[in-house]
Amino acid sequence: MNGIASIIGYGAYLPRYRIKAAEIARVYGRNPSSTPIKEKTVPGLDEDSLTHAYEAALNALRRAEIDPSEIEVVFVGSESPPYAVKPSATIIAEALGITPKLYAVDMEFACRAGTTALLSAVGLVHAGLARYGLAIGTDTAQGRPGDALEYTAAAGAAAFIVSKPRSDAVATIEAAYSYVTDTPDFWRREGQRFPRHGARFTGEPAYFAHIIGAAKGLMEETGLKPSDFRYVVFHQPNVKFPTRVAKRLGFTKEQLERGLLSGIIGNTYAAASPIGLVNVLDAAEPGDRILIVSFGSGAGSDAISLVVEDGITERRPKAPLLSSYIERSKEIDYALYLRFRGFICR
Amino acid sequence: MSYMNSVPRAWRERVTKYRLIGGRCKKCGKVFYPYRGSCPRCGSDDVERIELPKRGRVKYFTVVRSAPAEFKRYEPYVVALVELENGAIVPAQLTDVDADEVYEGMEVEGVLRRYREQGEDGIIEYGVKFRPVVGGGGEQ
Repeated sequence: MNGIASIIGYGAYLPRYRIKAAEIARVYGRNPSSTPIKEKTVPGLDEDSLTHAYEAALNALRRAEIDPSEIEVVFVGSESPPYAVKPSATIIAEALGITPKLYAVDMEFACRAGTTALLSAVGLVHAGLARYGLAIGTDTAQGRPGDALEYTAAAGAAAFIVSKPRSDAVATIEAAYSYVTDTPDFWRREGQRFPRHGARFTGEPAYFAHIIGAAKGLMEETGLKPSDFRYVVFHQPNVKFPTRVAKRLGFTKEQLERGLLSGIIGNTYAAASPIGLVNVLDAAEPGDRILIVSFGSGAGSDAISLVVEDGITERRPKAPLLSSYIERSKEIDYALYLRFRGFICR
Repeated sequence: MSYMNSVPRAWRERVTKYRLIGGRCKKCGKVFYPYRGSCPRCGSDDVERIELPKRGRVKYFTVVRSAPAEFKRYEPYVVALVELENGAIVPAQLTDVDADEVYEGMEVEGVLRRYREQGEDGIIEYGVKFRPVVGGGGEQ
């Protein structure tokens, strides 16, 4: 229970629709057997990153079992908000009954925004400025049709409610280490519909340098080593990168696999490593130590070490497990996918 | 259309639409949606606001294949009368379900979704739609 703050509620959301990467490869004449993932999630016609965030937060509230009005901080991390100007946080808070005594704001840092929202809420709760904080990572990621990103750009959300450290919580955050540099590996200019990326530049100087920097930094500061963790979760833009970074840092396949979902849901951007953490919490036992390391282009990583608390057993069944959302799946073809993403002009 | 494209209307209705706020008549006990100041059954003005449960069953439904312009992009979609756990009946769109999968008695739950946009540059209106229940747990 010693730590900075506790997570008392967690939850995730995935939309119902899926497209197979092989179907995308078929359309562009690429090899369907060498795609970066198997399939990815696709939001329905009436969904966006805000509605995804709402449902993830509702699941977190069910597990937290608090009156929503006691939440005093709402941070929403996303790079795909429905409005360019007008916060998603206010609509989500109004819908959940959290308004009006509230410090609420949207955050953007590519795929890192979810863990950054979490650490920001943790900071305010730890400082005693808020009783409870709600942090959400959510995205309905856009890939330009035909671009390499299209195979993986997916949709989903994860949410966490944090409090002062307590043993009836889901888990307690014991340490955090952030690592940020100016690295132009992926960006979207104002007014542009789709992001661009630096192709191979997204690997070594971006993903690997920041994740390794944050993970090593956390382990050096705390004295923890890879074998101290039962589970490890990395940002997952594909399957290859997190698998490779785990090996380089000295983690095993067994530590990695529970929190690695990109092969079957795609890259959910700001929700990617948070959803991996949700799937780990769906299985973890009291006392387990978890390391989560996000990565967001631009670029930065947050490494967070958590220890699972006794409260997890009682809180876990109060909302649907992530597996319920993974199983709820309806495959669509590329033409329907284009319609769902609003890429067909009428 | 100018009324439907009103920002003040959407703002006034937001909590009712986001949280499924209905009314309960303190005189005859009737529970109804959406909230209004007088009871649709007995006419009493002694009505209180209540947040309705977001679980229920499809009582009746119909498939909309020729929608008004603002809902055209969702065609075909299902509109249902949903009987909530407390007996209130709510007219609502169904979502995350194909028209041929819906049946009377289907268990559904309320979710927040986009339901109308006031044009490309106008506000986005959100509200409760119902979809087939996902997974276990999570009673509200």
